[in-house]
Amino acid sequence: MSNLSFLPVLWPLFTGIILIFMAKKIKLQRWISVFSSLIGIALSSFLVFSVHSQGILTLGVGSWEAPFGIVIVADMLASLLVLTTNIIGLAILLHSFHSIGAEREANYYYPVFQFLLIGVNGSFLTGDLFNLFVFFEVMLMASYVLLVLGGTKIQLRESLKYIIVNVLSSSFFVIMVAYLYSILGTLNMAQISQRIAEVNQPAILTVIAIGFLIVFGLKGAIFPLFQWLPGSYYAPPIPVMALFGALLTKVGIYSIFRTYTLMFYHDQDFTHAILAWLAILTILIGAIGALAYWDVKKIIIYNIIIAVGVIIFGISVMNEQGLTGSILYIIHDMLIKAALFLLIGIMIKISCSDDLRNMGGLIKPYPALAWTFFIAALSLAGIPPFSGFAGKLLILQGAAQKGDYLGMAVVLLSSLIVLYSVMKIFMYGFWGTPKADYRLHGAAVHKMLIPAVILVAISILFGVGTESMYPFVSQAADTLLNPDIYIKAVLKE
Amino acid sequence: MKQNDLILQTVTKVAAFVILLFSAAIFLGGHYSPGGGFVGGLMTSAAIVLLLLAFDLKTVTAILPIDYKYMIGAGLLISSLTVAGGLLFGVPLMTHAYRYVDLPLLGHISLHTAVLFDLGVYLVVVGVTMTIIQTIGESE
Repeated sequence: MSNLSFLPVLWPLFTGIILIFMAKKIKLQRWISVFSSLIGIALSSFLVFSVHSQGILTLGVGSWEAPFGIVIVADMLASLLVLTTNIIGLAILLHSFHSIGAEREANYYYPVFQFLLIGVNGSFLTGDLFNLFVFFEVMLMASYVLLVLGGTKIQLRESLKYIIVNVLSSSFFVIMVAYLYSILGTLNMAQISQRIAEVNQPAILTVIAIGFLIVFGLKGAIFPLFQWLPGSYYAPPIPVMALFGALLTKVGIYSIFRTYTLMFYHDQDFTHAILAWLAILTILIGAIGALAYWDVKKIIIYNIIIAVGVIIFGISVMNEQGLTGSILYIIHDMLIKAALFLLIGIMIKISCSDDLRNMGGLIKPYPALAWTFFIAALSLAGIPPFSGFAGKLLILQGAAQKGDYLGMAVVLLSSLIVLYSVMKIFMYGFWGTPKADYRLHGAAVHKMLIPAVILVAISILFGVGTESMYPFVSQAADTLLNPDIYIKAVLKE
Repeated sequence: MKQNDLILQTVTKVAAFVILLFSAAIFLGGHYSPGGGFVGGLMTSAAIVLLLLAFDLKTVTAILPIDYKYMIGAGLLISSLTVAGGLLFGVPLMTHAYRYVDLPLLGHISLHTAVLFDLGVYLVVVGVTMTIIQTIGESE
């Protein structure tokens, strides 16, 4: 029993509730949000260290022990992702102060922000499949509000699509959960894993595995289910876009991690081969998108899809290097995507346009912005010693060990395309002659820049200090590779 | 357009109270028999909606000067405090406690912390329903 494992969910809940009562006092809301985020980071770091020293922490909610009640399971992967989420939450919050606008702030932006964090943290920490659905819904409800808040024409149009897609995929999620329950008679993830192992995953369970892949693939935007993403993520203001881009798709990927390593790992020739092909196609589609656009937002959005492909590919490899690499890469990608969205947000704000052809010459008036972007860009492409490198290297090693040379080649080439697409932003945005009269004052830019700098700095630390992070990450990968660790921790056998 | 809604108004004046009382009964009956905060909350909002139909928004806000958004907050707060109670007593979160007591008039009944949680649910349901209905109603 460890209540600690549920605190990263409970804490933002209390913050969100308290913020509801202060709807009109924006200054106070900001202070409370920041304070709460700092506590949230402290709590989740404590969780990471506790899991490191004591192993997986579980909590039978309401004193109902597993497998009868809902369990909260904080293993290393979940705890690391919760910590990353909280860090990103703080950075985006700080950025929002200067960019989201008073109207949205007065209309429950900050409470809903906290509710989104509840959903994301809860999805990471739950050990019950139906409860995962519930936290998905909490997250989605909050994201609907954030997407539509402000009510511009494009937001309303895209929200409608986004809601339809997600309602469909949520109902499909419940249907799949119901099928699984009718076959196995349990929703506890550990017990599901145990029972699937007992019957050695017959064909019907493999079908359900693919069903779950469709559900989580829709949330995580893998090929061919990604079409909603470029439109929907394009609509909201930058902080919300950063929040979605860094967190929401990753929850889908995390669920694929869980289901494909803990439960459906007996028929890898089929399920994981499909995963690998979908990953490769996802990378290719993302690469085409990232090359095709002149719109900075679109370029970064398609980079999300490339990263999703790379991480999924690491999962499909399903050996120690591949999974360790994927975990490193997902953390790296969350940090750096948030930073990049914030950075292009500032660029758009300065030049009043999101088309690269209308930018240029930003490096002279705003050198700090330019160099932060440059480092973030290198990091995204995986240039050593920055944070993307170690993850990608391990994924490639894993693929080599498995003998998937096609996938290796695609992942390698995708790095080049990622580098090209972000360097395109750097060259056209920062070099050359200014296309317009940039009026935004340096100090105003710096205020917005600080959160992005924090994120880039953390990502550099993460890259340089990969060696010291390695024990944590390999503990996470260990649990994924040996479902028995997870099962024993939850069912206490 | 002047409507003649005398019958509706007269009936509502009585029916609203009956519905409110019944919703309270359903809410309290919730733990051991069908009912609870969700149904009770919906029924209470039904009573308020009936008032809204029979009279108008202005009259009803005069009778019940409540900001339903705060009601949502209060409900959430009560429920989550019940959840967090586990922290104080060193038991898993959401653990509930109950005891049988003899109260004057009511007799031998059980007092259960789940009722507190349900009270939160009740307030949230009323708050959300009324916020939605008022928002739709206002724009007309």
